[in-house]
Amino acid sequence: MTTTDSSLEAFRQELTEWLQANCPASVLKGAEAQPTEAERNAWLEAFAGRGYTTPTWPKEYGGGGLSKEETKVLHQEVARTASYMPIVSFFGTAMLGPVLLEFANEEQKQEHLPKITRGEINWCQGYSEPGSGSDLASLQTRAVREGDQYLINGSKIWTTGADQADWIFCLVRTDTEVPKHDGISFILFDMHQPGVTISPIPLISGASDFCQVFFEDVKAEARNLVGTLNGGWTIAKRLLQHERQMLSAGPAAGDEGASRPKKGASAKPKAPKSMLAETARRYLTDQGEQLAEPALRDRIVQYELDSLCLGLSLKRSGQQARAGQGPGAATSMFKLYASELNKRRSEILMSVRGADGLGWSGDAFAPIDLFETRGWLRSKGNSIEGGTSEVQLNVIAKRVLGLPD
Amino acid sequence: MSLVLTEEQELLKETAAEFLREHAPVTHLRELRDCEDAVGFSKKLWKEMAALGWAGIPFEEAFGGADLGLAELGVVLEECGRTLAPYPFLSTVVMGGGVVAAAGSDAQKQAILPGVCAGDTILALAFQETGRFSPYAISTKAEAASGGFKLSGEKVFVFDGHVADHLIVAARTSGVAGDRDGLTLFLVDAGTEGCDVTRTNTIDSRNTARVQLSGVAVGSDAVLGEIGAGADLLDRTFDRATAALSAELVGISTEVFERTVTYLKTREQFGVLIGTFQALKHRAAEMFCQVELSQAVALDALRALDEDRPGTSRLVSAAKARCSDTASLVTCEGLQMHGGIGMTDEEEIGLFLKRAKVAELSLGDAAYHRDRFARLTGF
Repeated sequence: MTTTDSSLEAFRQELTEWLQANCPASVLKGAEAQPTEAERNAWLEAFAGRGYTTPTWPKEYGGGGLSKEETKVLHQEVARTASYMPIVSFFGTAMLGPVLLEFANEEQKQEHLPKITRGEINWCQGYSEPGSGSDLASLQTRAVREGDQYLINGSKIWTTGADQADWIFCLVRTDTEVPKHDGISFILFDMHQPGVTISPIPLISGASDFCQVFFEDVKAEARNLVGTLNGGWTIAKRLLQHERQMLSAGPAAGDEGASRPKKGASAKPKAPKSMLAETARRYLTDQGEQLAEPALRDRIVQYELDSLCLGLSLKRSGQQARAGQGPGAATSMFKLYASELNKRRSEILMSVRGADGLGWSGDAFAPIDLFETRGWLRSKGNSIEGGTSEVQLNVIAKRVLGLPD
Repeated sequence: MSLVLTEEQELLKETAAEFLREHAPVTHLRELRDCEDAVGFSKKLWKEMAALGWAGIPFEEAFGGADLGLAELGVVLEECGRTLAPYPFLSTVVMGGGVVAAAGSDAQKQAILPGVCAGDTILALAFQETGRFSPYAISTKAEAASGGFKLSGEKVFVFDGHVADHLIVAARTSGVAGDRDGLTLFLVDAGTEGCDVTRTNTIDSRNTARVQLSGVAVGSDAVLGEIGAGADLLDRTFDRATAALSAELVGISTEVFERTVTYLKTREQFGVLIGTFQALKHRAAEMFCQVELSQAVALDALRALDEDRPGTSRLVSAAKARCSDTASLVTCEGLQMHGGIGMTDEEEIGLFLKRAKVAELSLGDAAYHRDRFARLTGF
């Protein structure tokens, strides 16, 4: 859907009025008071009520029914009016939702999509298993039909937020007699039921945002099997593309063009700055106009340059994609590059801070240093989760370059 | 800001690709090299390119130009990179013509630009005096003489200098080598007494020259722009030429990358296609990423120059750094993956490697531009 300039302006006008009327005073930009939880909820409810948490989804499923241009206007106006934009879980909006729109039947869409939009259900992703990491299609969790239900047995691992989740979208084996890719189904079920055991996994960073989940005769309604029986691998791959697209929209992917064009005001361009270089100045002594350690300076400039180029490539790829067209295999490139870049950034921050960055806990270290250091440890997982960098390279070689198996 | 080609640009790209594949494929450069052609390109073909409007892309219609931008020129240069077409876009259109269009008097523009647009006039910017690029390391002197100036000094690596009708010489009216102030640009007829031009053979079989200036007398009407403020003009010209060269590097990288992937799909060893080996697959995929990143930043730099966006110089440096590194990676990996055949003169990969190295080291290599990028980012 394209939108003409005049109808876009009308939309902007109407939206501005709606925001003025519905954004709680404490959420308005520059408000002195912090919003209470009730006010935050009211803001989310009003926002989601218009479908704005999933602006491009059709209205009949709780979406906003907006065009790409209108969505851009929405982001601009909310950024101008409110101190934050209400968001709901990405598992629903950016991963599960798009594949339901593409593969689910009408009944499934009606049941699940509006709840995703309103953030009513916390979703988690049941993909990896202890024996199936990069070789995801070898997964063993079984689903056996019994009447109107499937009985599920097995275990999932690296399940982000499973301990907070209400429902799971899960890859299960529904046929063991066929090649591994052909016996997988994509099914949705409730996590709050007997037979589900969840244990968080402490990571090297000290956080436990991943869990291992065990299923013992857990029940899933047969009507919640999405797509065709044993046709789940296609959906699984599609969802991974959406996931990669989300993961690659990292720090490098800011949209500089998002600010509203200024009228009359002589917009003085901000001098470009490097956050890493500024940080280096704070930690290293005796720095002149140029950072005094040329090798370190070059690592910083290489990072900044690559991050600029990645941002431009992402923007270009977005412009190339026709409206309604989902992410292609090139998302692997962005996932690969964004995660490797973030790891580099974290490594540079460690180098810059030296011993100040070696603290694990306690008052002897500044909170920001402790935070960054945990972040460095966490960043090591960037090139493993959502498909390792090596898997992304395989995908590019096969799907983009067409290299033979 | 758009990072995709417009319909008109897509059309230009197709026309350029078709024309160059037919008339100036890589074999064309090889023939010119093997017969030791005195010009180094076909003047007849350059006239044909001019007739297609390419030589006049960035110039005003009043001079016979198309009044388009660098983005359009970049489209043509990228295609030139794909076939290694050795035509004087950089020397005559971007650098020489660019200086005249930006700073020339009406009389100078009238005298020069119509010939450029028609493909009759070749220009060369004689600025460089050192091996490694250093924009203001200029010692060539311009001393006041009766009715004008006398130029003395030696220029190296002057693109298309040996066939240029006019040289644009950067010389010092004051200061010493390294100073930004005190530079002045002069429009010099290549046939002027005391102006000695010698062609130099470079690895890419392209056309560069050494220019010896021994008291070359020019009138005061030869000055381009303001006396002593030539650095501003040079900076602008270097930015534009650097972005244009980045587009050529993208063409080279894209072509070599595609040829290499094709080779991986056809060459068999150990009874299988070598493209089945993961060690090669991953390296090919890495190259793909670098080529993609280069395409985006090169295009954005050209557009930024056309739009006169703030922060453009920084973006130009980003483009040259990235495109140089990518071309170096892709030509080296491309050669390696072609194995022994890649080392032969008969296989074309080597010709791409050589041109890529010249383009990489011209107007500042990746290290130079990373340093400049950092300075322009405030560190």
